[in-house]
Amino acid sequence: MSASTPPATTPSQTVGPFYALPGGILWAEGPEVVADGTPGSFLLRGRLVDGAGDPVPDGVVEIWQADAQGRFDHPDDPRPESSSWQGFGRCPTDADGGFWFRTVKPGPLPAPGGATEAPHINVTVLARGMLNRVVTRVYFPDEERANAADPVLSTVDPARRGTLLATPDDQGYRFDIRIQGDDETVFFAI
Amino acid sequence: MTTHESRSPAGLILPDYQRDEQSHPALDTPEYRSSALRHPKQPLQYLPHYLTEITGPLLGQDRCGVHDHDLTVQHDGEPLGERIIVSGRVLDSGGKPVPNTLVEIWQANSAGRYLHQGDRHPAPLDPNFSGTGRCMTDAEGNYQFVTIKPGAYPWRNHDNAWRPAHIHFSLFGQAFTQRLITQMYFPGDPLFHQDPIFNSVRDERARERMISRFDLDTTVPEWALSYKWDIVLRGSQATVFEDEEDDDE
Repeated sequence: MSASTPPATTPSQTVGPFYALPGGILWAEGPEVVADGTPGSFLLRGRLVDGAGDPVPDGVVEIWQADAQGRFDHPDDPRPESSSWQGFGRCPTDADGGFWFRTVKPGPLPAPGGATEAPHINVTVLARGMLNRVVTRVYFPDEERANAADPVLSTVDPARRGTLLATPDDQGYRFDIRIQGDDETVFFAI
Repeated sequence: MTTHESRSPAGLILPDYQRDEQSHPALDTPEYRSSALRHPKQPLQYLPHYLTEITGPLLGQDRCGVHDHDLTVQHDGEPLGERIIVSGRVLDSGGKPVPNTLVEIWQANSAGRYLHQGDRHPAPLDPNFSGTGRCMTDAEGNYQFVTIKPGAYPWRNHDNAWRPAHIHFSLFGQAFTQRLITQMYFPGDPLFHQDPIFNSVRDERARERMISRFDLDTTVPEWALSYKWDIVLRGSQATVFEDEEDDDE
């Protein structure tokens, strides 16, 4: 018999039809998690495509990640060392469904039970037609040992793991997000 | 399993954010036609709440300009329409206020038109209204905007489909798991019954949680009406203690 019942969650709704109003919701440095010229920085670029393989031109992709040492600047990170970095990027998709971020590769992260998470970037996808955001992760192809031991990646069907791996390109990495269809990206329930 | 990285401190303790699938709409909601090609068809994979999920972007006051919370003073003249104050608290599902978090809104003008190149509804644009706002919650989780009541507008989802008046809200909370995009509706709207986005939330009580309430006490005489709306993000559950080294139990 509690004195008051805890409040129930407010439901999710779509960002659509008209997100990203001019000069409003999206700020200029949105995709730049780090400044141009930051040592170790690269571009993470990709396309957001729908179930027909068509670009999603009215979506928004957001990323959240640790810094290169695997640190967050956040009070709920229980580790003693903190970082002073933002770790957040936001990019509207263009007419071709394209998005990009300038960032650095995050370090590995400790997980409960003594496990170690491989370097990864959390991704939120928002768009007209999506009543909830969807969430995925970017992993790196040059982290084979860490990826093999990653407690999240190891739960994913091996045939679909590739959809979570970025691929190298001339400016950094590519990571395409396919909402459904052949090679549908693995999305997570959080 | 051997890992060459052995940085994990013994006894890492992390909170777990409550999952609440019942409140939220299904990604695949056929009545909302745009969802057809934009929902994953494969089952979602379970993502435990580790460090990346329990932390999140802390976007500070520097994100907000001085007029960002007042959408009626962002231009030389005053926008047309019914001036309203929209305020409330951001809480988590444990009942705790969520302080110092960025709240963003966007909306149509009083004629039901967005300042957006994709909006073809031939209602007039208002040169004195952009329809976007930002503010931070205070230490008790309070937020407040001054704006104009948005108009309803037609769209092509079904025969004579009209969106009920609504204001879009975006909230970050304090963890990646708390991120929420939602819409605030107005009480007594006659368009609720035919709107597939509002009704994508199947539970009636959950739908009611998206409807603000008219609040006479906070109206300002001869200036503005007032609506109150509290927003509830998911909350963290009791801390889970993990065994230090024993992983095969």
